[in-house]
Amino acid sequence: MKFIDFVSREAIRTTIDVDNKEQVIRSMATALLESGKIAEDEQESIVEAILKREELGSTGIGRGVAVPHTKHPSVSELVGTVAVSEEGVDFDSLDGEKVHLLFLLVSPPDRPGDHLRALENISRQLRDETFCRFLKQSKTPDDVWQLLEEADNNQFV
Amino acid sequence: MSATEKTVVISNPQGLHARPAELFARLALQFDSDIEVIRDSHRVDAKSILHVLTLGAAQGTELTLQATGADAEAALEALVRLVESDFATDETMSQGSSG
Repeated sequence: MKFIDFVSREAIRTTIDVDNKEQVIRSMATALLESGKIAEDEQESIVEAILKREELGSTGIGRGVAVPHTKHPSVSELVGTVAVSEEGVDFDSLDGEKVHLLFLLVSPPDRPGDHLRALENISRQLRDETFCRFLKQSKTPDDVWQLLEEADNNQFV
Repeated sequence: MSATEKTVVISNPQGLHARPAELFARLALQFDSDIEVIRDSHRVDAKSILHVLTLGAAQGTELTLQATGADAEAALEALVRLVESDFATDETMSQGSSG
């Protein structure tokens, strides 16, 4: 699965001003709402589910990256977005580092395979230090999108 | 020192997604040995969630665990037990990770 298969271009944010985990998750859910990927009356329920998932264990997977996510019956396909935080957000990651790059995923409950393939793709691409660094340095959503497209075309691995 | 090796099959329906990968890496970190997970020719560090996720191990995937070090045996036993328990409480996880 490629980035462009699940990342919503209109929902990418690079100028998020947030202090904590909950704020960044809320801000990313709002971006998905604004780009028409999730329904307004489901937004709070999605945010709550993602926060609940974080209580089980942080989705900060190391290298300044987090993948907050949840299953949710209101979506019919995997939807996702990317956020970049220059200052970084404390995410209780296993390696203790602040998170600068977030991939938020909402998937239909009956499609665990898609979710797993998205995680595989994200983690495989982010193992490339150059790609990871360039993404964190992105100043605009267009920069992020361009990098994702390049990664999809195997320009980093 | 030669490596100790064990094979395990992912049996939980959700596969080795973020939560199991975290539990797996967190457990691996408790051991001093170098531990690697191998899927076909793809070999990754068991102590990194990021690395473990790159395996994209769905239900039915066979993984080989290799450890080198003084506590290699114990490490592999513990990791195999975790996988075979379907990550103990996947989806309904509520216990601490003290073990």
